Amino acid sequence: MKFDSPAGNNPTDKQKVIGKPVNRIEGPLKTTGRATYAYEYTETEIKPAYGYVLGAGIALGEIVKMDLEKAEKANGVLHIVTAENAGELDTGLFYADRFLAGPKVDHYHQAVAVVVAETFEQARSAAALIEVEYKKQNGSFDLEASLGSAKPLEPAPFTPPSETRRGDFEKAFEEAAVTIDQTYTTPDQSHAMMEPHATIAKWNGDKLMCWCTIQQINWGVRDLANILKIPAENIRLISAYIGGGFGGKGTVLSDLVAASLAARAIDRPVKLTLQRPLIFNNTTHRPATIQKIKLGATTEGMLTAIGHESWSGNIPGGRTEAATTSTRILYAGANRLTRLRLCELNLAEGNAMRAPGEAPGMMALEIAMDELAEKLDIDPVALRIKNDTQVDPENPEIPFSTRKLVECLEQGAEAFGWSKRNPKPGRVKDGLWLLGMGVASATRGAPITKSAARVTLERDGTILVQTDMTDLGTGSYTIIAQTAAEMMGVSLESVTVKLGDSLFPESSGSGGQWGAASATSGVYAACVKLREQVAQQLGFDIEKADFDDSKIKVGSKTYSLKKAARKGKLVAEDTMTYGDLSKEYAQDTFGAHFVEVAVHEYTKEIRVKRMLAACHAGRILNPKAARSQVIGAMTWGVGAAMMEELVVDTRLGYFVNHDLAGYEVPVHADIPSQQVILVEDEDPTMSPMKAKGIGELGLCGVAAAIANAIYNATGTRVREYPITCDKLL
Amino acid sequence: MKEFTYEKVSTIEEAVSAASKNENARYLAGGTNLLDLMKLEIEKPAHIIDISRIGLDQITPTADGGLKIGALVSNTNLAADKRVRKDYGVLSRALLAGASGQLRNKATTGGNLLQRTRCPYFYDTNQACNKRNPGEGCAAIGGHTRSLGVIGTRTECLATYPSDMAVAMALLDARIETLKIDGTARSIDFKDFHQLPGETPQIETSLTPGELITSVLLPPPLEGKHYYHKVRDKASYAFALVSVAAVLQPDGSGKIAVGGIAAKPWRSEAAERLLPSGAGLVAAKLLEGASATEENKFKLKLVENTIASIITQNKA
Repeated sequence: MKFDSPAGNNPTDKQKVIGKPVNRIEGPLKTTGRATYAYEYTETEIKPAYGYVLGAGIALGEIVKMDLEKAEKANGVLHIVTAENAGELDTGLFYADRFLAGPKVDHYHQAVAVVVAETFEQARSAAALIEVEYKKQNGSFDLEASLGSAKPLEPAPFTPPSETRRGDFEKAFEEAAVTIDQTYTTPDQSHAMMEPHATIAKWNGDKLMCWCTIQQINWGVRDLANILKIPAENIRLISAYIGGGFGGKGTVLSDLVAASLAARAIDRPVKLTLQRPLIFNNTTHRPATIQKIKLGATTEGMLTAIGHESWSGNIPGGRTEAATTSTRILYAGANRLTRLRLCELNLAEGNAMRAPGEAPGMMALEIAMDELAEKLDIDPVALRIKNDTQVDPENPEIPFSTRKLVECLEQGAEAFGWSKRNPKPGRVKDGLWLLGMGVASATRGAPITKSAARVTLERDGTILVQTDMTDLGTGSYTIIAQTAAEMMGVSLESVTVKLGDSLFPESSGSGGQWGAASATSGVYAACVKLREQVAQQLGFDIEKADFDDSKIKVGSKTYSLKKAARKGKLVAEDTMTYGDLSKEYAQDTFGAHFVEVAVHEYTKEIRVKRMLAACHAGRILNPKAARSQVIGAMTWGVGAAMMEELVVDTRLGYFVNHDLAGYEVPVHADIPSQQVILVEDEDPTMSPMKAKGIGELGLCGVAAAIANAIYNATGTRVREYPITCDKLL
Repeated sequence: MKEFTYEKVSTIEEAVSAASKNENARYLAGGTNLLDLMKLEIEKPAHIIDISRIGLDQITPTADGGLKIGALVSNTNLAADKRVRKDYGVLSRALLAGASGQLRNKATTGGNLLQRTRCPYFYDTNQACNKRNPGEGCAAIGGHTRSLGVIGTRTECLATYPSDMAVAMALLDARIETLKIDGTARSIDFKDFHQLPGETPQIETSLTPGELITSVLLPPPLEGKHYYHKVRDKASYAFALVSVAAVLQPDGSGKIAVGGIAAKPWRSEAAERLLPSGAGLVAAKLLEGASATEENKFKLKLVENTIASIITQNKA
């Protein structure tokens, strides 16, 4: 099915199941430990051997010599994979990193060997016996020191233009009555998902099967085929449950390659997980940014000039952290400039992490807006409302499909009690604590992409949905079941959803906040086909049919859905594809974040007291799951604002705090009352589902709202994240 | 993790006897630190002596009105003990500021005293560390030092000792009772237990090889208001940037001990005498001879401010 004109009325509008805050259909499996994650499969007929990855001990250079003898002789060791015996390997098409070092080492903890043994403990212990002699090379590890070598971006997938302009930014900024010109920095960050990367690989002749934990199954097949130089059709991947990914499990990472190579070498299944201290430097992370923002406004607070430049670094071939993305669309203003520059760094690969580009970009832009509001003596909510736009400010002929930023700001401010904020910083105290409130807008793109599904009407009248879509804990199982139940007019309990198997039709996968809208639209398309098959079987006019309560009402007649499968189950498969609506409309999601913080008067410890997010993101398929996404994202915002930082040792070239004791993420005690307002919205330009993603929107702007609240509490403006007590002392 | 042999003993005497027979043996109590370090091959014991069933899990009153805490009393039970909560509030608060509920259930009093540093370079066996490999050098110097020591450090080592419990025990002038492998018992002043790095940062305590901590003695309760303020970037489950234990009297006099800044809980009686004169003088005296890095010099100010906060609360 091709979606190329805005959706009219369709069966999802009934919202009998869709739009209801139903519990996760897989929830009981998870709470009772029966949902099987990658490392837990026990389906190999032969007991798997265990793999353990040894990471490089230097950041850049060469392996001069590797002495494997002691390790090979160690108890239980079956094989050691190194670049010398692995055969020729390529890279994937999404990540630029090579998975096996040798002789060159590209970054710290890049895999230099995979030890395979009878037990995990034997493999780990033998890995420590490998003696590697390196020749170190000087590298670039310091973003700030590398700015001189920054380059514009080469056109590539997932890469925005290096520069965008409208009007005459320089002149307008020069002439503006009130200006802000500041530099902001955001640090490298780690996804730090709960489930580490893990794979069980099993070969059967030249056919490879892997139980793994990746977000885009079909990218995984494509990339693993490319890396191992084998045909894609020989690979089957299963990733039915994922314990968090956040972009850090987009497609194939070293665990999949290592397990596959090891299993091939010993002709036996191999089970492998990356040990936590390896993940931070071995896999991907969100790159640090240095951002310069220049805003010019009239004394009334109308923006006349908006300039945003951002620098980030990556390994050769790695992408840019596109921190200027939101700035291109968030506020009106006739004169605009955004610019992205990329430096070559020899740290691990920077890549997608929840709201890539937009999260760090909004961390900077929304502090700048707060600074401007203060300079103008205008309420920061009012300043944002004043500069709202209903058309894409870079391309004013293109309207936003739906944009309710103003409603989010107004409803949020009202519910939060924003009017009680004292605009003068450092004036409100509660005992030893200084109190402050902050606000930030939120925006995140609403990409949608082709997605397929297979839907079966079983002989017992139940519905089976199969698609290679994944569920990272986001609620995919549930919203897909809701979609199928609504479309086929059955109860949620009558729908079984099977996800995350490359044998199933190719979906969007999970990433870039596109999963919910795309995958359910694919299911919609398949259900439309199945409805037609049902109509054909039972001989009614589909145009007049109402599927409800496991029956179909057509005029005065009623048919049993089950009856359509009396001669055998009915199977329908389709792909939802898209026309040009995403070019005719600017499709984005919007919101507003409000935060109250307390800062200790003496120690400058920061504690978030209250948070509120008002979000609009098209039709909300499941308000409970959507709220969970948003409060999780708000929690991420607390981490980003107050503690998360991969610290680069710029001498040794690696992230020093590479475990969860050193890389701090929020705990329960850090998270106060969180309120989420889902502002009503339906976007018919997206798909028949009229929905958009929300999981990344919830993050964009949170950290800036916290930063602004800290300023309001203390009068100290910190422009370098994370904002910690030492920066306020 | 290196292969090791394992035995479970049932008495204190069996424990030290096992230690005397095995070079490079380690006692295993809660295991919350030792096992992690063994997985990373930072600790590589050849023999593990499991002491979890030898008793030592009681808190009993002493003749002089103090408490005797068995070395295997869990952090959870110690923090929750009624007598500790009533008479040694600073200790209960310090314990509850440390780790998480799950860890405190496993962690023991003796084990807590032997926690090793959380210096990130100590934790990465690719990097030089004089604690792990004496003489190898210290990668932390010139590197990421925000969480590291500011006083009593050396060019050999910047590590801090991460315990919260010990900061309170140092304040309370606790004593540590042990049994040596030759069967003799001794009692160690808390201030003499943890060692500054000197030229031998690998030596962290005054315990002799195989010597077993059997109990901690608390002197009679300290009158006054008890405080434990742990400053960190998050509200729970993080090591201290700086922590201050204090017991203050209505007249402003009292005692303080500081954590997060050195290889041992930091005290100075000369500084304590200045408490009635305000935090500035106390901190200046307490931190005499400090040598902070650009990244961690904020700790000096933070110590002063944390003390100031406690003094302010004591006046209120």
